[in-house]
Amino acid sequence: MIKNIAQLNEKKEECFAKMTKSDAGEALTRVVVGMATCGIAAGATPVFKAIEQTIQELALSNITVTQTGCIGMCQYEPIVEITVPGEEKVTYVQMNAEKAAQVVKEHLANGKPVADYTVSAATE
Amino acid sequence: MAEQKTTAIKPLNKMNFYKKQQRLALRNCGVIDPESIDEYIAVDGYQALAKALTGLKPEDVIQIIKDSGLRGRGGGGFPTGLKWDFTARNSADQKYVVCNADEGDPGAFMDRSVLEGDPHCIVEAMALCGYATGATEGYIYVRAEYPVAVKRLEIAIAQAKEYGFLGKNIFESGFDFDLHIRLGAGAFVCGEETALMTSIEGNRGEPRPRPPYPAVKGLFGKPTTENNVETFANVPQIILKGAGFFAAMGTEKSKGTKVFALGGKINNTGLVEIPMGTTLREIIEEIGGGIPGGKKFKAAQTGGPSGGCIPVSLIDTPIDYDNLTAIGCMMGSGGLIVMDEDNCMVDIAKFFLDFTVDESCGKCSPCRIGTKRMQEMLEKIIEGKATMQDLEKLEELAHYIKENSLCGLGQTAPNPVLATMKFFKDEYIAHVVEKRCPSAQCKSLLRYVIDPEKCIGCTLCARVCPVDAITGEPKKLHVIDQEKCIKCGACMAACKRVQAISRI
Repeated sequence: MIKNIAQLNEKKEECFAKMTKSDAGEALTRVVVGMATCGIAAGATPVFKAIEQTIQELALSNITVTQTGCIGMCQYEPIVEITVPGEEKVTYVQMNAEKAAQVVKEHLANGKPVADYTVSAATE
Repeated sequence: MAEQKTTAIKPLNKMNFYKKQQRLALRNCGVIDPESIDEYIAVDGYQALAKALTGLKPEDVIQIIKDSGLRGRGGGGFPTGLKWDFTARNSADQKYVVCNADEGDPGAFMDRSVLEGDPHCIVEAMALCGYATGATEGYIYVRAEYPVAVKRLEIAIAQAKEYGFLGKNIFESGFDFDLHIRLGAGAFVCGEETALMTSIEGNRGEPRPRPPYPAVKGLFGKPTTENNVETFANVPQIILKGAGFFAAMGTEKSKGTKVFALGGKINNTGLVEIPMGTTLREIIEEIGGGIPGGKKFKAAQTGGPSGGCIPVSLIDTPIDYDNLTAIGCMMGSGGLIVMDEDNCMVDIAKFFLDFTVDESCGKCSPCRIGTKRMQEMLEKIIEGKATMQDLEKLEELAHYIKENSLCGLGQTAPNPVLATMKFFKDEYIAHVVEKRCPSAQCKSLLRYVIDPEKCIGCTLCARVCPVDAITGEPKKLHVIDQEKCIKCGACMAACKRVQAISRI
């Protein structure tokens, strides 16, 4: 139970830290998958599973994978966004399980974003 | 190495689609996990509720909303602060807050996206509204066709109760507030506020006459404040950051932003949130990325079956409530359907009228019978059987229905017809007088013809015609028998190399 502003602020600090830092205090890479009805219909669920599974297989640490709501670009679903601490967010579009696994291997494990799958490659 | 790569990848917020957008109602959509109250708290969630309950009087909350200039995002555009004030001024043993999430316009999905992406923000806003108006219970009326939204709302309500943001004595202020979800069964009329409340009460979803207004006698006969999802989505930010923050955005009389579900003949379909006052041209050409296939823009339909259309001549109109009303259109809840030169405006009007005929609840005769008669007249026009007198009658009946229907559904049902008649009268006249559809869409009026100059007598068209309407000898001119032709277009598709067949 949160009963006053001080407790709410304390909780906020704690939640924000949980979103951005690991238990050991290291900055977290954040992976979000657009999973509103639109994303799910376009196949976001297998994409989400593939990301989690590949991260596990490669034993990568300091990464949080989470679902999120509609990112806004219907025809490019499923959309995955990766924010590595200190770097610009990268938006991947029209993902599937294979592409997602490749992104985990190249971007998350080796630090090289897969330019071909990004929104800028898809729209320009 | 990473440095080199990232420079080649353009970030999303620098793309044309996002550059002109300003995300306020959608600020957390696509950012946080909607099923985690902790992530909502991490991005200032429930701070506005804490601020109001521990430091503001209910009348202060209403004053902030009034000063912000927030108006109803469901389409009507009624000032939200004033609405809250009306309920607050009525004393009763019980008052209610209702969230209208019965999003029924064809092509609209703004509310669904907010509920699925940021459900806690609606919970927080409804509690704020309850505090401001003296209500201790709230209902969210959401379509059963939105299972993901319903599930996430249920999770959000359970989490909020666990954390003490719903329930008794919230933030030890003495304020109690509880929330319930009610599922709608898909009747469009239940998006009308009085029909929605009748449906929550467990009765058949039919509107009731106003006055008495919901602020006096609403849900279960008690004073009730009803707002749309997007309206509520703006509330926590306004309370937290102050009225000035919100009032700084938008135009003189329409503050803040508006979310649109952009669809139809446009390159970038999707959910866009723009400051009020953005022009239609900016939405279509910059955010939307223009029209596919190099076609010309003809009109944009706003407000779905209750709205009108904005023709190309008014493409530079800054979009806000009053400008759209002034041109005989309507903001509506946010569906924005783009049409190009291939869309027949009479056909579009008929599409929306077919919808309202289906969805009219039948309680009042102007809407029940009137819309049906309008539909029949439109059918006559589309079939080329109408006279100029029918056009006059159509317009007269449209005005009659607007003035005499019981609720918003009937009062706005003729809008698509009136708006297209206002801006595209020439298309109606072409159908009636020349028996011709200028966009070559209305099947009864169009013809497929073979150009004698171009036909090489290859027989391809005759072979694909499913009704043997095309005759001609090899290497000689072919002819289409208009009596037999069913206008399927197979011949035109088959003749794509020579392009001797055209649709007129």
